[in-house]
Amino acid sequence: MFAGFDFEVIERSLPFLFKEGMTFTLTLTAMAMAGGIVFGTLLAMMRLSSYALLNAPAALYVNLMRSVPLVLVIFWFYFLVPWIGGWIIGAKQPIQVGAFWSSVITFTMFEAAYYAEIMRAGIQSVARGQVAAGQALGLNYWQTMGYIVLPQAFRNMLPVLLTQTIILFQDTSLVYVVSIVDFLGAASRIAQRDARLVEMYLFAAVVYLIISYTLSWLVKRLQQRIAIIK
Amino acid sequence: MNYNWNWQIFWAQAPDGTGVYFWWLISGLGWTLATALLAWMIALALGATIGTLRTTPLAWVVRLGNAYVELFRNIPLLVQMFLWYFVLPELLPKALGDAMKQMIPPWASFWPAVLCLGFYTSARVAEQVRAGIQSLPRGQHMAGTALGLTLPQAYRHVLLPQAFRIILPPLTSEFMNIIKNSAVALTIGLMELTARARSMQEFSFQVFEAFTAATVIYICITLIVVFVMRWVEKRVQVPGLISAGGAAMAGH
Repeated sequence: MFAGFDFEVIERSLPFLFKEGMTFTLTLTAMAMAGGIVFGTLLAMMRLSSYALLNAPAALYVNLMRSVPLVLVIFWFYFLVPWIGGWIIGAKQPIQVGAFWSSVITFTMFEAAYYAEIMRAGIQSVARGQVAAGQALGLNYWQTMGYIVLPQAFRNMLPVLLTQTIILFQDTSLVYVVSIVDFLGAASRIAQRDARLVEMYLFAAVVYLIISYTLSWLVKRLQQRIAIIK
Repeated sequence: MNYNWNWQIFWAQAPDGTGVYFWWLISGLGWTLATALLAWMIALALGATIGTLRTTPLAWVVRLGNAYVELFRNIPLLVQMFLWYFVLPELLPKALGDAMKQMIPPWASFWPAVLCLGFYTSARVAEQVRAGIQSLPRGQHMAGTALGLTLPQAYRHVLLPQAFRIILPPLTSEFMNIIKNSAVALTIGLMELTARARSMQEFSFQVFEAFTAATVIYICITLIVVFVMRWVEKRVQVPGLISAGGAAMAGH
């Protein structure tokens, strides 16, 4: 089965695959995670607010993002970001946004909806007495959130947040649909140039498998270590 | 800077002569649903079997089941799609591989897409089924065997009926995931809904109308699925028994 296998093509392309491809994938994952968690936490706080003016738009946003395929969202933002950018700075033409920033914005906005649901569960997992105690101490909303509720919510939800990030890491491969060179994109370029699809795609699968499996194993260990016995 | 909205575009003739753009989208919707439904049958059958096996007392079966789930969960769906479409025909015996490559256009990408989505989702379903069964009190299994049921009978009459009721909500979201994930099949040339919206945008230059239409259709599907499943949940509910449950899982 592996008789006609050309391992040399993999070896030859390693620098391109990792220096360009994997660097892009990891940078995009890290930035979208940071942005997504911040925006997602804000969305979660809005959703839990008692003001309809705050919770209705947040609920709409989260449900909208969660009912649409990521591929379609990538297309949306790919065309929408230049228009919105042009509109913000008042340009005559849609502005040029690089592939990198376009995908950072896309993944931040998309993953925020998923992080928001996780953070909402996290905030709700904090005992009500904690909020009451904060208020009794004279803390205002932002202080109660910042010092009491959110630190506990993050701790409770850390394993789920990290698992979502592993999914995000896998999802970034979908930037393929707008021809960006991430890890899979790099593998695909070589595969098509050298007509070595079998070798390159199998290699990409193995690399993703090793990274994702290792990360989820680490998350599992972390989960056991930080579990609070209630 | 102004975008020229033109909502009439859906009634304009599409360049391939098959009718108006609106029908492009409807045919795309048809392929999306066909792919998702067939794949869901595979996912449910495989996932239920593997998830159940992972709760049996046989250590090597459990380990095999765990390996299966980890394999399909830790490779991106897009990579799996390429493996089914580009790589599998090369690794199969030559006659079979050639037969796969020579299939007529829609089927050549349809079948790999169905298999890919089916197997990918089966791992996620298996995880839910395992969590559902393990969330039942241990006494259920013991009471079953104490009544003289064999292990398969205990699963069939005691454990599985309860577990499936518990995991209905997470299974609903897996079903929605399979519909959304079928959009990934556009990378191997399946003309499903998202692919149709994109080619409509390429031919008509009406970017936002095309994507708005696709978005609205996806939202409608979601709403229908949610309502139907809510009804199903009510139908199968056993009064006085358990509400929601299942594995807390990050996902899409």
